[in-house]
Amino acid sequence: MNIQSLDPRVTRLGIDAEEKNPDQTLQREEHWETYQVFHQKKRGEKHSSVGVVHAPNAEMALLFAKEQYARRGETVNLWIVNTRDVLAMDYDDYDVFSTTPEKMYRDPAGYKVNEKIAAFKKAQLDV
Amino acid sequence: MYGGGYIHDDQKKKPEMQAEDPVLLAEFEARIARGEKIEPRDWMPADYRRQLIRMIEQHAHSEIIGALPEGTWITRAPGFRRKLALMAKVQDEVGHAQLLYSAAETLGKSREDMINDLINGKSKYSNVFNYPAKTWADVAVIGFLIDAAAIVNQVANSKGSYGPYCRALERICYEESFHLKQGHSVFVYLATGTPTQRAMVQDALNRWWQPIMHFFGPSDKMSQHTETLMRWKVKMASNDDMRQQFLTMYVPKIWELGLTLPDPNLKKNPETNQWEFTEPDWNEFYEVIKGNGPCNAERLAVRRTAEERGAWVRAALKRADQHYVTPLA
Repeated sequence: MNIQSLDPRVTRLGIDAEEKNPDQTLQREEHWETYQVFHQKKRGEKHSSVGVVHAPNAEMALLFAKEQYARRGETVNLWIVNTRDVLAMDYDDYDVFSTTPEKMYRDPAGYKVNEKIAAFKKAQLDV
Repeated sequence: MYGGGYIHDDQKKKPEMQAEDPVLLAEFEARIARGEKIEPRDWMPADYRRQLIRMIEQHAHSEIIGALPEGTWITRAPGFRRKLALMAKVQDEVGHAQLLYSAAETLGKSREDMINDLINGKSKYSNVFNYPAKTWADVAVIGFLIDAAAIVNQVANSKGSYGPYCRALERICYEESFHLKQGHSVFVYLATGTPTQRAMVQDALNRWWQPIMHFFGPSDKMSQHTETLMRWKVKMASNDDMRQQFLTMYVPKIWELGLTLPDPNLKKNPETNQWEFTEPDWNEFYEVIKGNGPCNAERLAVRRTAEERGAWVRAALKRADQHYVTPLA
């Protein structure tokens, strides 16, 4: 006896109602690899990381990215990158950046000469 | 849709909360107290990880199983515009499942393992989807009221502490607002239509009211466990608070259309400002969780068949050199 559903599409599947759940198990990686998705809203704007898709190859990843991240709103372009190709820093190493804010010689605010000029002008007048 | 707030956790199989390194734990709790998000590779207590996987996974399963009762009516939607809207909504729900599975994967459980646990009945999903959508008016009630209830829960959870889940929920809530609007539109059209249409929507409301009252789960006692989950911002509001908020927002929208709810005791107490109602049948709730609801068997059979019959396609597309890497964020 097949499942008779309110949904005609389910009835047409012809699923045996008596069939108990077999030891059906998906194997690891049966749902493939992961790809990171980057979305561009307008031409000239940055592509932004928006999420992930599982796909068997890059072309399918792009197709799934379109379905998943460009269903509504504005989109002009999508990028996908295989997650294994992303070389990321370890957050534990963030301390390599800890001295960056101290590097005032890289900052326009690190160059203050107005006091020097004022002192110079004053000295000139005093002569 | 569809995260219910009620997170099924088998009390008998629940491990004791693990002892954690007190220094790391204090640092972790301080970060959460400061409103920081916890990200995938950060240190986290084992119980935090376990509860989040359970919650996000159940939410993902609810999205994907929730597409089934609604999908029932795609072939017979009244008119092209309603059909387009329903197809778009059902596609959104399946998309939400994908987002949520990815968020759960960042915690270390593979998508394959989550689907296995769903199909084998080990992992649960929201009970409401074990009830049948008998008429087109059921689509109205699901789209309007079940989505509304889910939004109450999801908006609360989007302010939780786990970064990937919050980001998925923000996107989901944005899309849910369309679902709620289209559900309300179908609901209003039926309620203001012919006497037959009104009777149809009243009948659907009568049948769905108990599952809706079940939706947030039974009253949660403030156990030490719940307190910890709230301090860790895994659980953001009590089941009772979310139910009260839902009733305040949506019961007036039902009553204003001259429809009734099948609970003579349902009223807001003006002194306490709290809704009073007849407790729904919680035995039925637990029976449905155990697998004895009207549609449990069909829902899982359909999901299992989809995996079985799609297996050869997935295998054909699989490359020998593929290599799974956990999503980054």
